Amino acid sequence: MRERLTRALHERGDEIADRWVELQMEQALLDTDIGEAELREEADALIEALVPGLQSGVPVDRVVTSSPGLHEAVVGLSMRRARAGATPTATSLAVLALKEALLKAVQRDTRDAEELFASAVFMNRLLDVAGALSFETYVDGREEIIRRQSQQLMEQSTPVVRLWRQVLAVPLIGTLDTARTQVVMENLLQAIQDHEALVAIIDITGVPTVDTAVAQHLMQTVNAVRLMGADCVISGVRPSIAQTIAQLGIDLSTILTRATLADALAAAIKLIDGPGPDGDEGDGR
Amino acid sequence: MALPGEFTLASRGPKKPSRTDGRRPPAPASYPVRTEEDLLTVRHAVRAATVEVGFGLVDQTRVVTAASELARNAYVHGGGGTVTLEYPRDPRGRRGLRLVVKDEGPGIADLDAALTDGFTTGSGLGHGLGGARRLMDEFSVRTGPGEGTEVVVTRWTVR
Repeated sequence: MRERLTRALHERGDEIADRWVELQMEQALLDTDIGEAELREEADALIEALVPGLQSGVPVDRVVTSSPGLHEAVVGLSMRRARAGATPTATSLAVLALKEALLKAVQRDTRDAEELFASAVFMNRLLDVAGALSFETYVDGREEIIRRQSQQLMEQSTPVVRLWRQVLAVPLIGTLDTARTQVVMENLLQAIQDHEALVAIIDITGVPTVDTAVAQHLMQTVNAVRLMGADCVISGVRPSIAQTIAQLGIDLSTILTRATLADALAAAIKLIDGPGPDGDEGDGR
Repeated sequence: MALPGEFTLASRGPKKPSRTDGRRPPAPASYPVRTEEDLLTVRHAVRAATVEVGFGLVDQTRVVTAASELARNAYVHGGGGTVTLEYPRDPRGRRGLRLVVKDEGPGIADLDAALTDGFTTGSGLGHGLGGARRLMDEFSVRTGPGEGTEVVVTRWTVR
């Protein structure tokens, strides 16, 4: 069976590639930018890699995964499709369409029903693995994109802005887990040094849930800011959050908090201006 | 033909029960808590459930926060577990949301201590369990050394 297929690949490689490309073009309702020339190139590479793969003598259902050239060809193809925005179904179907092209080539050499059936079974075993691999690669490719995006999101969503002379603000959006806290703290402490800031406002208007873990992370950040000699104000404490924090039993009384960012800025400016002429220490506590 | 057969897309599943009258509460749903991201999923699911049940904003925040505390406990101390959402009704017809948070961890050796504010075996603040009790209307714990922990909390709507 292997020999028959290898021979067919040798003798009719071009024909198979043509047919495969044709089948993919037919299937391809996929709105991708992958043109016919590129499909043809992929097809030639994969078919070329199939021959040494088949000659390697490993069990048929492991040919695709154990032959480096073939593995690379399938993975490369799937990656390109994933990036071009093809659906995983379209991608695996494209790989599986090679079966039909191959069978057609074998059909030219023999009309013996039994032999054709055996060929079909053989090709199924050979290429189903390729279809699965293609799907897996596709998913991996997408996950890679998601990972990268979530990383980017984490950096983008923690900007440190200068609100006033020596006053910085960090508007937090989303949740505050350990990783986020780390990013926020690094950005904020660096900015405090760069701007010689005296007050940092952390605005939690965009934080939907403040539980004990988030509160702890906030306290950590406040402590770090204080170690740098600056003061910290937490703003954006909504009524529902205030009630919840109080009921949880978290003591934030050592931290200066304000309901809105505007109030926090007012408090911050007061802090900077220092004690008034009458010795009033403002809200500094 | 060697191509694979049909791909059926389950786009037309059974219709979701209408949520307007609230006669038929949603079926209980379970969420795994194995990673930090799962906590996020749980919070989102609980938030959606509180809206579904018809809680006000403060109660929504309370229940989501309690869920966050308990789920994190299961994740940190219990080595992961599950959060199940149920939609009970009390005899007076009030709607409620019940969270069943279960883990197969080492269990809580001293429950009274664990409920005391400031008590912690880890690096947390030690307000999680007691805080969750204060945030919810009903609270019960089943635990023991080596038996895992199951916390059941319920909050009822006011009518």
